[in-house]
Amino acid sequence: MQDRLYDVAIVGGGVIGCAIARELSRYRLDVVLLERNAEVGFGTTKTNSGIIHPGHDTPVTTLKGRLVVRGNAMFDQLQRELNFGFQRIGALTWVRDEADVPVAMDLIRQGLDKGVPGLEWWDQARLRREEPNLARDLIGAIHAPSGGVINPYEFAFALIESAMKNGVELRVDCPVSSIGTRDGHLEVGTPMGPVAARFVLNCAGVHCDDIARMAGCDDVRIVPRKGEEFMLDKRLHGIVRRLVFPLPNRKTKGTLIIPTYDGTIMVGPTAHDVPDKEDVATTNAGAAEIFDYVGRLCPSIHPSDAITAFAGLRAVSDTGDFIIGPTSQKGFLNVAGIQSPGLTSAPSIAEFVRDLLCDEGLELQPRADFDPHVEGPPRFATRSHEDQDALVAADPRFGRIVCRCELVTEAEIHAAIDHGARTIDGVKFRCRAGMGRCQGGFCTSRIVTILSERLGIPPEQVTKRGGGSWILLPMDDAGGGDEAGGTPDGATGAEVEAC
Amino acid sequence: MLGRLQNRYDVVVVGGGPAGLAAAIGARDAGAGRCLVVDREPEAGGILLQCIHSGFGLHHFKEELTGPEYAQRFFEQALEHDIDVVPESYVSGIGIDSDGTRRVRVLNETRGLHTVDCRSVVLAMGCRERTRGAIRIPGTRPAGVLTAGLAQKFVNLMGYLPGRRVAILGSGDIGLIMARRLVLEGCEVVGVFELMPYSNGLTRNVVQCLDDFGIPLHLSTTVTAIEGRDRVSAIHVAPMGPDGRPDLQRQRRVECDTLLLSIGLIPENELSASLGIDLDLVTRGPRVSSTLETSLPGVFACGNVLHVHDLVDFVTGEALRAGRHAGEHAQGIRMARDNITLVAGDNVRYCVPHTLSTGREHTIFMRCKEPMKPCEIVVGDRMRKRLSFVVPAEMIMFTIKPDALEGYHEDTLRIDIRPLEGAGRRATDAAGQGGAA
Repeated sequence: MQDRLYDVAIVGGGVIGCAIARELSRYRLDVVLLERNAEVGFGTTKTNSGIIHPGHDTPVTTLKGRLVVRGNAMFDQLQRELNFGFQRIGALTWVRDEADVPVAMDLIRQGLDKGVPGLEWWDQARLRREEPNLARDLIGAIHAPSGGVINPYEFAFALIESAMKNGVELRVDCPVSSIGTRDGHLEVGTPMGPVAARFVLNCAGVHCDDIARMAGCDDVRIVPRKGEEFMLDKRLHGIVRRLVFPLPNRKTKGTLIIPTYDGTIMVGPTAHDVPDKEDVATTNAGAAEIFDYVGRLCPSIHPSDAITAFAGLRAVSDTGDFIIGPTSQKGFLNVAGIQSPGLTSAPSIAEFVRDLLCDEGLELQPRADFDPHVEGPPRFATRSHEDQDALVAADPRFGRIVCRCELVTEAEIHAAIDHGARTIDGVKFRCRAGMGRCQGGFCTSRIVTILSERLGIPPEQVTKRGGGSWILLPMDDAGGGDEAGGTPDGATGAEVEAC
Repeated sequence: MLGRLQNRYDVVVVGGGPAGLAAAIGARDAGAGRCLVVDREPEAGGILLQCIHSGFGLHHFKEELTGPEYAQRFFEQALEHDIDVVPESYVSGIGIDSDGTRRVRVLNETRGLHTVDCRSVVLAMGCRERTRGAIRIPGTRPAGVLTAGLAQKFVNLMGYLPGRRVAILGSGDIGLIMARRLVLEGCEVVGVFELMPYSNGLTRNVVQCLDDFGIPLHLSTTVTAIEGRDRVSAIHVAPMGPDGRPDLQRQRRVECDTLLLSIGLIPENELSASLGIDLDLVTRGPRVSSTLETSLPGVFACGNVLHVHDLVDFVTGEALRAGRHAGEHAQGIRMARDNITLVAGDNVRYCVPHTLSTGREHTIFMRCKEPMKPCEIVVGDRMRKRLSFVVPAEMIMFTIKPDALEGYHEDTLRIDIRPLEGAGRRATDAAGQGGAA
């Protein structure tokens, strides 16, 4: 395997790495994606707010301002091809203070100049009619119909599945330890041995500066900016119908009310720079900040509605913009500092990177047999009664409910595994089992059993999300030795078979 | 018959735990013809199947049984009563026709989405455990944070341990039972941490599961943070300060690889809510009449879906009554409507049922808000009952005889729990009798 020379090695399987992998899979190239976690999308992607931004709030003078509108427009076709959860529900940017109305008008003008479709100003009467549960003191809002919500992890899973279907190789549990040169190409050190490639793309999110340093490039600075989010009980379904944004400030797009694709309401995120790239702890202060704010914006939302909280880290560059381009190390390109609207821009970033690679000398010969389609995961809960009945007739596993809160059937658990899930979180983020109000209290044992059977491993080797995230121990292991409970095979690199 | 699913029944019971099985038996005893119990698990019996400890049945059978033994007795009785019990089946909705027929949608692998017509429905879906998200414990999100009930399933049904060094937040009965269970399996239980100044489990469980095994119970203490990237590596605990918030100055770190949560149970009323049934904000179960009928005529409720019980024996009693009334309703028998609304007064958190009728005997279940001893239950100006003590963790049950309400013409009847001055007499057996989780 060491002798193989890849055209492109992508470091990092977040949504950006996956989008680039999928874009490159259109061409006759040997591409490998190296992901340090057990599955793709398990870093910042998984904790993303899941918003497809209209793009009116980012100035065209920035790279992200140029990529975001194009990215937004690409999602309709992407959804048709890849079948992930995405819906254009529209976005509102509210104004409470008369003095802010000119700022809002400037944003509308900026957006219209950039080609953001359908932007308009809603006065108080219109806003109250459309969103009656928002606070009565809001005086109006910008309505952007192209704003949407997406399940970001589903998007990443679908992108990598499509890429692999078209020949991209994925290696998980594969952290990169070095990047050097050898015989005129680059060599990436991994636990599975060196990976040789003509081009290496640095898509490592908050770790982009560490990866760049390995390649001898010391010009990228990344600060992790933590965002805490709270998922609320489905009781609140429909309390707002659109994304609810404040006017943006320099640092963030602010705290939002997000009606997610799956019908739950999410509130957040906070935005605080943190020193630690692994710090995804939620805090009391974060909860207080979010719920104080949201309570004033939508009084029916109460902290006791929270069913779960999580935090993610935005990869913020010192330039405040995306850093995408070649470096002093020939063949090594940065795709760094991809913070909001990074998810929206992912497909246009992928095109941009493709063109950069072409400029750098990579030949792009389209594959005649490129197949853009992947089947979406089956969804039982949202189907009509007739469809549900037909599904069970075709496959009795649809007749067995595993997750009662989200109505997920055994067939969907198996489909999640067929589509690449290897962990409890991988199953959860593919089919929603364990995402509901009981948070896995009833279904975890069944999912552990199914994963264990399907992966051919004993239950004690099933993990929450890879690495040392073991879930249970054999009975005789209670007082046992002190070896930390890593996965018995050591979690040091695994090739994933195409599915 | 096990597994038989017909098209038409007199009574359909949703849930095959102890409440559901007893309700079906009660319906048959009342003369109902065909009865169906729908259960989502592979075997009926509900959560009792994972409660392999003993202590069940002391009231109902006057003997001490394990959970599975208790469930087995009712399962066998149900089959003897010619009740259809259909496992691995899920009620996905209930519709009501204009002629009053209830149409229950049942999903399973052999029949797909099958509609069953019936005259009465009994809701017996049980409850679920509160989770970390509900109380928003800050910190990381590693593996190893799970509810006590899930840990019980891992240990007792799968034969695996949830971890080696375990902390428990909350002193609910399942947490106490699991503390003992894990010690017996060789785990180290570093402590049980309870936010309140008193235990939320039965006294007898505190004694038998913690004290007898030297497991410390830290009252007025809570978990303030969770540490660990992949797996729990430690928790932070702090005593509660006088302002009702954790005193972070006195916070300390406790190393462990597992945090069990035993922080309360919530009736699972998503199906009830979808039917538009009135729910009680305190019990989080349906509001019911003295016949345990919900606000939707012909739909009854019992067991933990109605309000969370501590003793399965009390569930059985309540479910037999709900089933009896459902069976009578299916035969067209109608009781006089209730004419009195119960009002939860001083130190009463809730009482079930919510309404009463003069002229009949009533069993009242209630819980206090705060511990009190000695004390008395004061039922308007009609009845007083002395108790040696009340605690929130132990449900109070008492009976109101028909003569107590004779000539009562008010619309409401208030129940209070009031302190008794001086040393109380020996309590009646309405409370403080202990029992199993």
